Amino acid sequence: MATITQPVKTQTVATPRPPLSLARILIYTFLIIFAIASVTPFVYMVMNSLKTYGSTITNNLWPWPPFGTEALQFQNYPDAIKEAGIDRSWNIPLIYRYFLNSLITVSLTVAGVILTSVMAAYALANMDLPGKNWVFLFILATIMVPGDLTLVPKVVMMFQLKWYNTYAALIIPFLASVFGIFLMRQFFLQIPRDLFDAALIDGAGHLTYLFRIVVPLSRPAIVTTALLNFIWTWDSFKWPLLVTKDANMRVLAVGLQQFVQSEGGTETHLMMAFATMVTLPIIILYFFTQKYFQQGVISTGIKG
Amino acid sequence: MATGTAVNSVSVKGETSVRRQKRLREVALGYALLAPALLILLVFQVFPVFYGLYISACDWRLTCREFIGFGNYTRAFQDSEMWHSLGVTATYALISVPIQLGLGLFIAYLLFQKIRGQQAFRVLVFLPYITSTVASAAIWSQLYSPDKGLINAALKGIGLQPLKWLGETQGIFGLMAKTVGLTLPGWASGPPLALVSLIIYTTWVFVGYDITIFLAGLGNIPADLYDAAKVDGASGWRLFRYVTFPLLSPTTFFLLIFTVIGTFQAFNHIYVMTQGGPADATKTASILIFEQYFQFNRAGYSAALSFILFAVILVLTVIQNRYAGSRVVYD
Repeated sequence: MATITQPVKTQTVATPRPPLSLARILIYTFLIIFAIASVTPFVYMVMNSLKTYGSTITNNLWPWPPFGTEALQFQNYPDAIKEAGIDRSWNIPLIYRYFLNSLITVSLTVAGVILTSVMAAYALANMDLPGKNWVFLFILATIMVPGDLTLVPKVVMMFQLKWYNTYAALIIPFLASVFGIFLMRQFFLQIPRDLFDAALIDGAGHLTYLFRIVVPLSRPAIVTTALLNFIWTWDSFKWPLLVTKDANMRVLAVGLQQFVQSEGGTETHLMMAFATMVTLPIIILYFFTQKYFQQGVISTGIKG
Repeated sequence: MATGTAVNSVSVKGETSVRRQKRLREVALGYALLAPALLILLVFQVFPVFYGLYISACDWRLTCREFIGFGNYTRAFQDSEMWHSLGVTATYALISVPIQLGLGLFIAYLLFQKIRGQQAFRVLVFLPYITSTVASAAIWSQLYSPDKGLINAALKGIGLQPLKWLGETQGIFGLMAKTVGLTLPGWASGPPLALVSLIIYTTWVFVGYDITIFLAGLGNIPADLYDAAKVDGASGWRLFRYVTFPLLSPTTFFLLIFTVIGTFQAFNHIYVMTQGGPADATKTASILIFEQYFQFNRAGYSAALSFILFAVILVLTVIQNRYAGSRVVYD
């Protein structure tokens, strides 16, 4: 497997770029159109979040100066927050509560996943344990179980554990990640064994070695696991919809969907403002860290 | 290791028991490190499979009210809604998987031709994959909106008839025939436009992912193989057909399995955009399973449906392994 510290190889043939021909102009045109199509919905979202209701429904593409007379409607953001309602228990706007719920869920899940993955991967990669290959096979086999199959029993379990409508239901079932264990294990296997022997001479045990040497060395793998789990958890919708009931336990994705269902269907400009608030943090995070995202995705895709 | 120097038996014994104790401690530590991950996976991934099997054999209201064996399954097989939803799911997968993979491979291959700005392009097309599904599905619902959507505004702008998109139950071929004045019989009118609209959205989301994986696969093909084929006079299409495509087959195969499983479980965007409507035109198995539990509180029936869907996915994966898997070239 390609280590994730290396840049992804995409151009292996070391010949100079061919000159521009008609075929290449066609290729560029096609690719540019495709790239525009990828981002247009997001541009549309941000633009419509700054228009009046009237301009969104008449598809006035640019209602602002110099072509129009409208001012940028920043007011849509506080309006959307107001429209979504108030969380009576904490006395803050519900949207803030959705943000907090998402942040609590995501940060605890990601931290937990990193911890359990690092520990399990270390045992699998660096320790001499009887039966560890079977354990690894078992862990890999669990990804064969599709999420739909276990959906209903897991929700029933949440009721029986009295976790329904609590953070525990949103977090605890996701505190282990096969992907995380797999990726970390691959990474740990590449750390030279000599380092461990040297640490041993200095009197370090497994735990000291793991947290003082292996973890700092594995930052790329840890960052990749953290980022991918971050967007997966941020994106999760079906599970939070099933295991939470009260408005103040909703995460952002569920809150947005409920908003679309009720007010947002009619008040497009406010819905777009809400959607922008949900999406923009992720887009900004992505642009700063996109290298890790792509390499993480590739390392899940190309195994062996 | 005990060295070969003269050591009496007592100290050897003492040494081995010390070592055994150390070894035991290491094994205990190792399994302690594995325990949290294993526990979570066992409780929330493995156990629910068996628990779900049990629930599916029950008339379930908070607890097993009555054990009815295969009752839920026999009911499911007689339920026309289940067959309909499997049909919708199959149509959805059958159209969207080849389009996604074909387009992904095509664009990846174009990008691989030493394109300027390749990196920037990859960053942009990957964007839909990483952003929140609910948010992007909500945006697309607005784009598709019959009276205020951007797409219909564009169609009107170029003098075409606006369409109902997500609200359209008529088949796409039927709609096309209508524009030239023909009326097609129901069986020939093709998949409903609502379903096709969802497929367009799905393609928009996943093509960036497919391109990324295909590009990595293309990068792993050794350059000397291309050179050798060129020496033999291959170029253009033949180079792709006889060198690139076979050597890329492990990547393609992985994506195929992954995408089929993914489309069979597609839920979030369908729920946000259509909730299975209009008139069940987009009610996939995944939506039906959810609805049976969430709206009608039929846990047993819903669990039975999910086992049936799982069986279908399993059979499909085995078939793909048999037929596509045998064509995969591993070097």
